[in-house]
This record gives sequence, C-alpha cells and structure tokens, in this order.
Amino acid sequence: MESNRYSFSSRAWALLLISCLCGMLFDGNPFEVIEYLFDGAFGTKRRIWNLLRELSLLLLVGLALVPAFKMKFWNLGGNGQILMGALVTAAIMRSDFAFSSPTLANLVMLVCAILAGAVWAVIPAIFKAFFRTNESLFTLMMNYIAAGLVSYFVFKWAPPSSSGTLGILPNGHLPEIYNRNLLTVIVAVVLTVGVYFYIRHSKHGYEISVVGESEKTASYAGMNVKKVIIRTLAISGAICGVVGLLLVGSINFTLNNTLDDNMGFTAIMVAWLGKFNPFMMVATAFLVTFLTRGMAQVQTEFGVTNDAVSNVLIAIVYFIIIACEFFIVYKVKFRGKKANKTADFITADLDKSTDEQSIKEDK
Amino acid sequence: MLLLITGAISIGVIFLYGCVGEILTEKSGHLNLGIPGVMCMGAAGGCWGVSIYMHSLSNPSEAAWFWLIIIAVAFAMLFGALGGAIYSILTVSLRSNQNITGLALTTFGAGFAQFVMNEYVVKEEIDKALLSQASKILKRSFSFADDLGWFGEIFFSHGALVYLAIIIALLASFVLKRTKVGLNLRAVGENPATADAAGVNVNAYKYGAILIGSAIAGIGGMFYVMDYIGGWENASTIESYGWLSIALVIFCLWKPNLSILGAFLFGALYVSPFVMPGIIKGITTTQTELLKIVPYVVTVIVLIVTSILDSKENQPPASLGLNYFREER
Repeated sequence: MESNRYSFSSRAWALLLISCLCGMLFDGNPFEVIEYLFDGAFGTKRRIWNLLRELSLLLLVGLALVPAFKMKFWNLGGNGQILMGALVTAAIMRSDFAFSSPTLANLVMLVCAILAGAVWAVIPAIFKAFFRTNESLFTLMMNYIAAGLVSYFVFKWAPPSSSGTLGILPNGHLPEIYNRNLLTVIVAVVLTVGVYFYIRHSKHGYEISVVGESEKTASYAGMNVKKVIIRTLAISGAICGVVGLLLVGSINFTLNNTLDDNMGFTAIMVAWLGKFNPFMMVATAFLVTFLTRGMAQVQTEFGVTNDAVSNVLIAIVYFIIIACEFFIVYKVKFRGKKANKTADFITADLDKSTDEQSIKEDK
Repeated sequence: MLLLITGAISIGVIFLYGCVGEILTEKSGHLNLGIPGVMCMGAAGGCWGVSIYMHSLSNPSEAAWFWLIIIAVAFAMLFGALGGAIYSILTVSLRSNQNITGLALTTFGAGFAQFVMNEYVVKEEIDKALLSQASKILKRSFSFADDLGWFGEIFFSHGALVYLAIIIALLASFVLKRTKVGLNLRAVGENPATADAAGVNVNAYKYGAILIGSAIAGIGGMFYVMDYIGGWENASTIESYGWLSIALVIFCLWKPNLSILGAFLFGALYVSPFVMPGIIKGITTTQTELLKIVPYVVTVIVLIVTSILDSKENQPPASLGLNYFREER
C-alpha cells in the first residue's frame, strides 16, 4: 500500500519538525531535543515499562473504537465508558466480598466492568439505531454524566478525613504478573490480534464495514442494521470497560474522575491515524505515547516548568498529520485561471482511500 | 435566591457566547468540537491585549473603560477566529474529519492558552495585579443598579459584556431567520449540493460562519477570565465550559434566541451546587455533586426527545458533520 508509506513518512517529518520547533523555543539544538525525547521514553527500565503500559492502555481504547468507527458511528464516549468500568471495579474492590474471596471477586470485577462499559455505549447505540439520534453529541454527554457519577461516589465513599479523595483500595487487586504493568500489556496484545481478526476475518466484521458504507445496502443484503449497531457498540464499550478495570484493579488501585486521562479522545487520534488497522495502530499508539512521555523529559531537561508547551506541540503534530492526510488521499492539480471560474481550485481524483481498499480486499 | 439568579446570569453568559458561536458554526454543517479550545484561545488573546494596554499606561488606574472593552473584545475575537481559521482550513479546504480536527483543536487551544498566559500575561505578580485592576474597570455596571433593590441587582448589576452577549444572540437569531444571508447559511448546512446549485458560494459561507462563530466563542472565554473571576486560573475550567456550551446548542435546538434562556438555566444548574446549601437546608456536598450532572442529563433527554419527535423544525442541520466535496456529487 503506497499511501501507507507516505503517511508514515509524513509522521517522521512531523517528528523532525517538532524537535526543530522545540529547539527554537528552548534555544537548544534540535538533535539534543531528539536525544532527550528518546531518553524520556526509553532512558531507564522503569521508563520503558511505563511507556509500554501507557501505550497498551491507549492502544486498548483505540481498539475499542475501531469497530464503532468502521461502522461510521462516532463514539466519542470512550472516557465515560472507561470511567464506568472503573467505577464498578472500585465498587466491588471496596466490598467485603473482595476481602473474603479475592479470586472470585476478580472474576466478578471482570464481568461487571465489561457490562458497565458495554451498557454505557449501548445506550446511545439503541437511540441511534431506532431514532437516528446524533451519536457524537450523545456519547460526548455520557462522558460528563459518567465523570459526575464517579465524583459523586468518590465523595460518598471517601473517609471523612481525606477531603474527598479515595485512598488506595487494599483488596481485590488483579493478579500481578511479573510486575504491575505486564498484565495490561498482555491484554493489549491479545485484544490487538482479536480485534484484527474480528474486523478482517469474521462475518460480524464484514457486516460492520457494509453498515458503515451504506445502511441501505446492508438492509437490502438482509442484515439487521439495528442489531449490528447495538452489538458493535456493546463490544466497543466492553473493551473500554476492561481498560477501566485495568486502571483501577491493576495499576492505580484507586478511583477519581480524571482516571481516564482523556484517553477516549486521544485514542480517536490513534485509531484514525492507524487507519483502523489494529497492527498499524500499535505504531500510532507508540508515536503518541512516545511524544507525550518524551516531551515531558525534554521540558525537564530544558527547565521549562510550563507543561502547556508539550500539549501545544503535540497538537501541532496532529494538525500536520491531519493536513497531510488530504495530500495522501487526493492528488492536487491546479487549474489555470481561464478554467471554469466557479470550479474549486482543487481538482481531486479520489485516489482510493485505504478504507475502500480494505473493503475490496474483504470482498 | 438572588444569589442563584445573579450567579446563573453571570456564568450563563459564558455558555451563551460559546453556544451562539457553535450554533453559527453548526448551521454551516460543521460540528466544531474545538469550541472549548477556541474559547481558551479567546481568553488568552483577550487577556494578552488587555495586559499590553495596561502596561502601556503610565498610571494603570486611569485605564479607560471604553478602550478596555474594545481591546479585550477585539483581541478575544481575533484569537478565537485564529482557532476557527485552523479548523476551517483543515475541514473546509482539506476536508479532514471534523471530529478529529475539533478534538485536536481543543488540545491545541487549551495548551496555547496556558502557554500564553503563563509566559506573557501573568508571569509576575505585578501582571496579576494589573489584570485584576483591568477586570474591575471592565466589570463596571450601571450606577443606579443599587438604588433599584433586587430588580436592579438582577437586571442592571452586570458588566457590559453580559448585555453584549444577549445582543449578539438576538442578532444571530435575526440574521439566521430573517435575512437572505441566514437563509443561504442554513441551506449550506442542510444540503450544500443544493445550495451550490442555487449559486451560493458554499465554501465562503462555511468559512464565514466558522470564523465569526469562533470569534464569538472567543469572547466567552475572555469573559470568564476578565469578568467572571477577574484573574487567570487554568485552561481546563474554560474547557469544561466549552463542552457545556456544545451541550447547550442541543438543549436550545439550534436557536440562538432560545439559547439566552437555556444559558441562564444551565448557569443556574451549574452554580446550584455552590449556592443550594444556603437555600435548602440539610443538603450535603455529596448530593450537590449529583446536581452537577443535571445539565448533561437534561441535554441527553432533549437530544432523545427531538430525535423521537422527528419534527422538521427542531433537527440538527442535515449535513452536520459531513464535509462537502463538490466533485463527489
């Protein structure tokens, strides 16, 4: 696929540009910036593990979004679905049950977190399927409702002396494999492969692409569009619920309403830049995590206390990549002034976007 | 109770600016999820302008109310429009996905605001003092408000920016409903291909609506910093107001005149956790946490009800979220 090669090179250019921009901002030389970027991401063993964990979490949320986005269902509710998964996990970890029989409690946590995430995603899906309610606005609102619920329960559960924060929950931790990051990485690897086969090689995956291309075609072909929408979002939410489970049960052991760290939004970038291909998304998730963690290091090295710089630079990289996408997908031809005046200045041949290609491959 | 109403009005105005801006943008068929970022940029721009003006004066206490308003509003609009320009170049000309671009713009705007404010506007203590001084002048209200008791308190005790918001909302409503420009804009949002065939310059309308909408939303961010709290805290609060503004757009069914009432209702819901304990006895802070999600729940209900009723009047613009590409017709 030629377009993939271009899009990767555009990412490499973006990386080079960001380091030059940094260099100018901090009066350092760009190569030094690149060095610190790598140091921040891979410098020590601990940093590598952190990078892997963050990458896996982001990748998981991205994977959750893939089926929904393939179906052109704009699930912006990743944050809320993660938080709901986290909320029920924390609720079970607080109970006496988690103290008396931890293994059973872990299983219950898994089932409940999956259910909670799925329910939170299925609510907008049902209304989208039956009444065509705008899903991007609906899921967006569900985020804030989830965040509100979480902060309500945190207030309720918090011991009176702790000024509204929930301390470390002692019971019901998920089993630790090697260290507390590896479990997350394993789940991410399993689900990457799983989602890949689900999307590419299963009947459900095919139905999702057809519904995404045209709902009418799907219903003429005898697919139950409503069922496909609801089922897909249940899967999407379930994976987000698992992320919530991992965040509370295996990484943080506590609950607050910013636990999701806006991953629901960042993961949209990851999924979209990876063209909804789980394996390419590993690369994009890596790029995003690498930039975030590396930039933090660059700032410390240059003594910049203003943490906004990294956000600005990362956003600029996003913009560049978004803008490049157009030139990857379309071929630009400038017409002379004499040509039809009302015509757009850009003539574009649809250069077979990758999405279409993948569907053809499926067929 | 009075506290609830005045509080609702002053915070509602932030939502009103953001909401009217977003309505104009959405009427052109573009769902700008970057509005929170745009509001942050407007806040940073407005404060930057004010700070430059205050520094240029030999005696800051003599800053003129008129010039402060002009500078604050102009800079807020300029920076808001800058955010809108990034968004519109990417989505209108380059046809990028609107959701993705909007989210990236929100990240950018929040970071940009934080950066500009910390680096240039409130770097030293003196800057903070200047900013709060400017804010006091900016907030100046009608002198006769105090003589009118509760009536004056509710209607006349606000700064000029509150009234400006209401004027803008009414004006936007008038333009959308009663003028040819408004009709064309709505046509672009409903069905750009038809509008194009009718001879409307689709891209020009899209650019215009997004830029003006973003400029208006920018004032909202500036209002929060300069009028509502009178100093800089952080960008994340403004960001959350931005999301509420987008919710408000749905709540008021894409109608700017309705959004005035909606904004004050949202404002009331938003401040109620802070003032309710004074009004209803026995309500705990834990319970007030639940009040905070009421605006979102109400928005969801409105969204559902409008889609179930499916009346033609109260729908989102038909091509909302879809980019128009004339050669794909």
